[in-house]
Amino acid sequence: MDSVLTTAEHVEHEHASLPQHRHHFETEEQQREAGSFGMWLFLLTEIMFFGGMFFAYLLYRNWYYPAFAVASNQLSVPLGAFNTVMLITSGFCMAVGVWAAEMRKKGLLVLMLILTTFFGLVFIGVKGIEYHEKYENHHIPGADFSVAQFVNPAAYGIKEAPLSPDMAQHTEIYFFLYFAMTGMHAVHMIIGIVLLFWLIRRANRGDFSSGYVAPIENFGLYWHFVDIVWLFLFPLLYLINRHPLH
Amino acid sequence: MSPSTSHSAPVTHTILSLPDQSTAKMPKRHYLNNEDGLLSWLLTGDHKRIAILYLISITFFFFIGGAFAGLIRLELLTPQPDLVSADTYNKFFTMHGIIMVFLFLVPSVPATLGNFLIPIMLGAKDLAFPKINLLSWYLYVAGGTLTLAALVLGGVDTGWTFTTPLSTHYLNTHVLTAATAIFIAGFSSIFTGLNFIVTVHRMRCPGMTWFRMPLFVWSHYAASLLMVLGTPVLAIALVLVALERIAGIGVFDPAKGGDPLLFQHLFWFYSHPAVYIMILPGMGVISEVISTFSRKRVFGYTAVAFSSVAIALFGFFVWEHHMFIMGVSNYSALVFSLLTMLVAVPSAIKIFNWTFTLQKGSITFETPMLYAFGFMGLFTIGGLTGVFLGSLGMDIHLTETYFIVAHFHFVMVGGMLMAFLAGVHFWWPKMTGRMYPESLSKLAAVTTFIGFNLTFLPQFILGYLGMPRRYHAYPPEFQVLNVLSTAGATVLGIGYMLPLLYLGWSLKYGAIAGDNPWQATGLEWQMQSPPITSNFVETPIMDHEAYDYEWLANKTQKEVTTVG
Repeated sequence: MDSVLTTAEHVEHEHASLPQHRHHFETEEQQREAGSFGMWLFLLTEIMFFGGMFFAYLLYRNWYYPAFAVASNQLSVPLGAFNTVMLITSGFCMAVGVWAAEMRKKGLLVLMLILTTFFGLVFIGVKGIEYHEKYENHHIPGADFSVAQFVNPAAYGIKEAPLSPDMAQHTEIYFFLYFAMTGMHAVHMIIGIVLLFWLIRRANRGDFSSGYVAPIENFGLYWHFVDIVWLFLFPLLYLINRHPLH
Repeated sequence: MSPSTSHSAPVTHTILSLPDQSTAKMPKRHYLNNEDGLLSWLLTGDHKRIAILYLISITFFFFIGGAFAGLIRLELLTPQPDLVSADTYNKFFTMHGIIMVFLFLVPSVPATLGNFLIPIMLGAKDLAFPKINLLSWYLYVAGGTLTLAALVLGGVDTGWTFTTPLSTHYLNTHVLTAATAIFIAGFSSIFTGLNFIVTVHRMRCPGMTWFRMPLFVWSHYAASLLMVLGTPVLAIALVLVALERIAGIGVFDPAKGGDPLLFQHLFWFYSHPAVYIMILPGMGVISEVISTFSRKRVFGYTAVAFSSVAIALFGFFVWEHHMFIMGVSNYSALVFSLLTMLVAVPSAIKIFNWTFTLQKGSITFETPMLYAFGFMGLFTIGGLTGVFLGSLGMDIHLTETYFIVAHFHFVMVGGMLMAFLAGVHFWWPKMTGRMYPESLSKLAAVTTFIGFNLTFLPQFILGYLGMPRRYHAYPPEFQVLNVLSTAGATVLGIGYMLPLLYLGWSLKYGAIAGDNPWQATGLEWQMQSPPITSNFVETPIMDHEAYDYEWLANKTQKEVTTVG
């Protein structure tokens, strides 16, 4: 029982204190570990949050397979693929940024954060173009939604077998899930970009040049998480079974 | 705390006499008077002050929720609808449910006692993220304010379950406001859970191994897992309800091909584990109280610790038992019925271990102990009737009747509220430095117990006889039992008003408590009451197991020898 007393010396161990060290942590290492552990837990809650929508997608995809197949043909694979590349590049820049912060390379860190923001903004812009197209085609769920293109595709010059009006109605659920999932993803991107502006300001001020990199690391985790969500959304919404089974 | 512990001369006598409080003095500096002014409270990062902020706000909402319960019981005094119309009655039970579940029961013990005690019990200066802790209180207040706004603007009448498509298509009440309120309050709960988990993992003092943590911490850890994993699913379910209500897309609307059962799955995936979010922290309180007033280590410490985690784990796989009559597959209903009964096993492990803790203990009957006894009896009834409802045949007969109302009130009010009051009385001396009046509080505990049984036992019979819940009128033959129930609710109301009055009184006039009025073993009792802002002058070192009464007796004896 008394053996644990030897740890007392460990606690007394002196650390050169950073200004960012918070008083209620014993050591900076403890502070850093707690921060990153907290971030991982937060991402776990995010998984559960998106999980509800993935569950809904799974259910309705099984029920209304033809509607989902035809409706997903309306999405532009080139735009989606371009966006995927943008997002991965942005994630890469963020990863380099974390490395730069750890190496205390201030200039590189600021550059990488700016690039991360830039590619993120490109993604949001392209998403806006895609949303606008859906608006023009009356594919935004709600009062304006129209199934005309699915019931009578020939009239719109679409080479697709027409759906029965009943099944065509269910494309609304597909587009609802499309907007809910990509919209929620975009909200996370926008929050991330706002945080990036804040981090760029702080990095520029030299806050992360002294070995204190926790905010950069934790933001990196968040940003990669948002990337990964997209890596699931892209295949599920754009790619798989683009053509209905006949 | 003295770091050297010698076991060469084991002290075998158990402490039976509580310390003399007439010599106790109020410490000059403590967390309550360290800083002055309203802002020092509203911007505080101190977990103890945030706990007090929470305590005040949840008490406020408890009495609002209680007022609605009173109105419900008043309407049910007679078979005729004479007090309010059907629509107003719907609003009454909805507001009662929303306020009691989301604004009282979920944060009750964790946000107040948990916030106050977990860092201290772990030997830490604060929770891992003090600012997020404060943010969580502000989110709670924002959620609470929005709920009140929904109430003042005209109320909600969906029931606390927001059942679709009723909530999305057929009602013109303030569903969106209430849903937003719960969404926001949910994040308050997520942040509390996240803070606790990180604190338990990363902030334990030297020597505080996992199996030296008080069981109070174990049960909060299990509840926090549920908060972190379950609440986001409720959040997305409410987002979908809101989107559906605004745009009318049909994701939950069967007329458009949507599936109302999807909402039920998402909702109960949170709301069943939420029951364990509510009860687990209460079980933690009971472990501390039973051990202290029996002067014995909790019997089967490891089993009780793991049973909390088991309840959290099993709790995630039983949600479909809320949907047995909603047309789910017979085969899945069979599996969920079996899993539901499995939850009874870890719950029973706790009850049996507490009973064995009492065996040959030196039991005294202070107020917290009376509440704890109330908890054990009422929770057992509530839990066993849960097994009734978990079996498929019985459920079809009893669900949506007063039987189910009585069942969950036995668990939530008879169990959780008793545990909350046990905890508030038990740690009141630590939080405020003053004792509550003992005889008056014993009276309140007994009043609560009698009032509770009078209110809810008749409801079991009413439900068994087939009286459905959520109606404002009923056939005349049910009146006698309903009158009994309403009479009980009145007694219960008095039982809840009493603590509010005498605890308020004790803040100024209560006897000075001293450091350890109960002679309990927890780290929180080895410091001054109320504690200093940073909890510990120097980082404590845990050199003994939890609930080690021999260690405490040794320590006390040593102090007597040194001082004397």
